[in-house]
Amino acid sequence: MTTPVKQKVISRKTTDLDTDYKWGFVTDIKSDLAPKGLNEDIIRLIVDKKNEPEWMLEWRLRAYRHWMKLNYEEPKWAKIHHPPIDFQDIYYYASPVKEKRPGSLDEVDPELVEAFNKLGIPIEEQKKLSGVAVDAIFDSVSIATTYKKTLEELGIIFCSVSEAVQKHPELIKKYLGSVVPYTDNFYASLNAAVFSDGTFAYIPPGVRCPLELMTYFRMNTEGTGQFERTLIIADEGSYVSYLEGCTAPMRKSNQLHAAVVELIALDNAEIKYSTLQNWYPGDKEGKGGVFNFVTKRGKAAGVNSKISWTQVETGSAITWKYPSVILQGDNSVGEFYSVALVNNYQQADTGTKMIHIGKNTKSTIVAKGISAGHGQNTYRGLVKIMPSATNARNFTRCDSLLIGDKCGAHTVPYIEVRNPTAQMEHEATTSKVSDDQLFYCMQRGISEEDAQHMIINGFCRGIFKELPFEFAMEASQLLKVSLEGAVG
Amino acid sequence: MSARAGNHKGPLLEVRDLHAGVGEVEILKGLNLTVNLGEVHAVMGPNGSGKSTLANVLAGKPEYKVTAGEVIYEGSNLLKLTPDKRALNGIFLAFQYPVELPGVREREFMKTALDAIREHRGLEKLSVREFNKLFQEKIAQMEMSPDLVKRSVNEGFSGGEKKRNEILQMVVLEPKLALLDETDSGLDIDALKVVANGVNKFRGPSRAIVIVTHYQRILDYITPDFVHVLIDGRIVRSGGHELALELEAKGYEWIKEAIESGEQVSV
Ligand SMILES: Nc1ncnc2c1ncn2[C@@H]1O[C@H](COP(=O)(O)OP(=O)(O)OP(=O)(O)O)[C@@H](O)[C@H]1O
Ligand SMILES: [Mg+2]
Repeated sequence: MTTPVKQKVISRKTTDLDTDYKWGFVTDIKSDLAPKGLNEDIIRLIVDKKNEPEWMLEWRLRAYRHWMKLNYEEPKWAKIHHPPIDFQDIYYYASPVKEKRPGSLDEVDPELVEAFNKLGIPIEEQKKLSGVAVDAIFDSVSIATTYKKTLEELGIIFCSVSEAVQKHPELIKKYLGSVVPYTDNFYASLNAAVFSDGTFAYIPPGVRCPLELMTYFRMNTEGTGQFERTLIIADEGSYVSYLEGCTAPMRKSNQLHAAVVELIALDNAEIKYSTLQNWYPGDKEGKGGVFNFVTKRGKAAGVNSKISWTQVETGSAITWKYPSVILQGDNSVGEFYSVALVNNYQQADTGTKMIHIGKNTKSTIVAKGISAGHGQNTYRGLVKIMPSATNARNFTRCDSLLIGDKCGAHTVPYIEVRNPTAQMEHEATTSKVSDDQLFYCMQRGISEEDAQHMIINGFCRGIFKELPFEFAMEASQLLKVSLEGAVG
Repeated sequence: MSARAGNHKGPLLEVRDLHAGVGEVEILKGLNLTVNLGEVHAVMGPNGSGKSTLANVLAGKPEYKVTAGEVIYEGSNLLKLTPDKRALNGIFLAFQYPVELPGVREREFMKTALDAIREHRGLEKLSVREFNKLFQEKIAQMEMSPDLVKRSVNEGFSGGEKKRNEILQMVVLEPKLALLDETDSGLDIDALKVVANGVNKFRGPSRAIVIVTHYQRILDYITPDFVHVLIDGRIVRSGGHELALELEAKGYEWIKEAIESGEQVSV
């Protein structure tokens, strides 16, 4: 990115809109905005608006004070470049104005339903077709929650974090911040101080969640920082698969997104967490787009527990994200399957951390990076074997695919082994979509664009097969849309 | 092009004084060839004489540049079409070195190709079920393992499997003009028979086949109507099946000598 360093991010304006972004539209729902900037009063206002208890206020204030000590010093080690962010020029609270929580879709603001329709994810249809329970987050506040009944009968709690704070304070107190403490990193501190809402799920012992739990996030109000917080707890012997899909409308200025996701799997429990991220990547010159600085971490706390992250990331101007697993329980398993695509001037610095603590713990990392245009894609991964982790095993595979000759792919593996019984395997490849491959496909009557898409899909197959079927189709479609114009 | 194709009366393919090469190097140096529907032509010639280049130029491989001459296919200029358009119009190349497509399943690949070709021919797409049935039949005909097609295209295929797979693709896509570039090389005797059977079944009045080969052996199974000898970028002699037998017995030297002594060779 060749942007001048002095420029402020949030006030940046461009005159022409990039209409290539398919999901770029703005919904005219009145936002309830707090004034710009961050101070203790804003935090009190958030707490007040959300009617949160005193202990939440204290927790947020502790996080805020810690964050202030960091003196606006963002982490600098990632291979990303952007002009400085003015953290006092951001709205920290926005919520659609509404009188009461809707009990069904009919009560949801029709404009909102329309917005979802434009996203190609009509809630109505999804309810019928896929048996997915959708907790839709619109500008940080949960709007519609479906399938609640089915889940309630099983004792599964699936609601917004706000609601959980009110109704299940004991779970929130016990687990919020237990995997990602507010001292963890700059953005995690900021998130803890100001997070507006997010998804909460609790699966009771022995329950296999019969639905794919799903949330769609969108960022709407211009200049709104988005700080969601997700917390999922799988109690002993339970299983849950959770899908997170994201689209952001097109904006003229960059938008900051700093989410925190915490997963906890107790003994014999399994959590599968899948993400599709296609936030606005900026235009062809690299103007605008979302800054996506996310902390995602799971704790495989119990014996034989398993946490699996699958992500397909095609969006955002900048992605900074390392979904990680702490393998604490003996025999626990951590997995990370990722496709990260960058085009035009997008930058991604993404990867994972696998921290092996328990005995016989096993982690698998498969990271696929696709770079096109001037995109820069970095895989950064840490595998750490602690002295206690006897017979730990890790398999890491990083594949990079380059399209064109102006893009870049970088692989930065960190390996720390403190137990001699560890078995580590690492494979890395870099390839290009070759002219011979394109010609071979075209010789069979397949258009160049379809050929390219097919080869890229083939490259991603190992990851897509980890996704639920509909999600895999959508992921494949996303890659296609994201690479339009990258051929030739 | 396809709209006119049905009415077209002349030869299927006419190559006239074709000059083509890569970069500054000229490989084809004034090549002439006429192919009519219903015919099978064999092209033989020493290594490096330009046989694959001819096939690639006809299929439209971008790195090969045509510097002079013309190629008329179904009465129209073929050279202005992109490779996919040529394929849609019925040109099929069985590659001398088939390309691997990691992660792309054979079945999905062939379905996509057949969908595109059928659409171009004004036919309905086959449903997944119809396609699977057709594909299974053709796989059985080519005596291939049904498992092979669930694998990625050509990835980890043996040399012979790759060649057989090219012919499988041909019989599924049903082109008008099939160019087989050394499909017989590297095949064991049984595989050769299977491939030859595939080609013979495919042979018919509405199709034409050009077989590039080094060995007369395959021509025992697929009797050619014409045999051409390609040396140094030109077809220097043409004849019937007996020419292949003669080449097998005598090699290429006698033809080269004949050319040097000024004998009239072109047809
Ligand atoms: N892409 C290319 N770049 C450079 N030279 C090429 C290229 N393709 C072909 N040639 C050269 O052109 C000549 C003819 O090659 P071609 O592959 O057409 O021969 P062939 O008759 O098919 O030989 P073989 O029987 O060995 O397959 C050779 O000298 C070859 O090295
Ligand atoms: Mg050859």
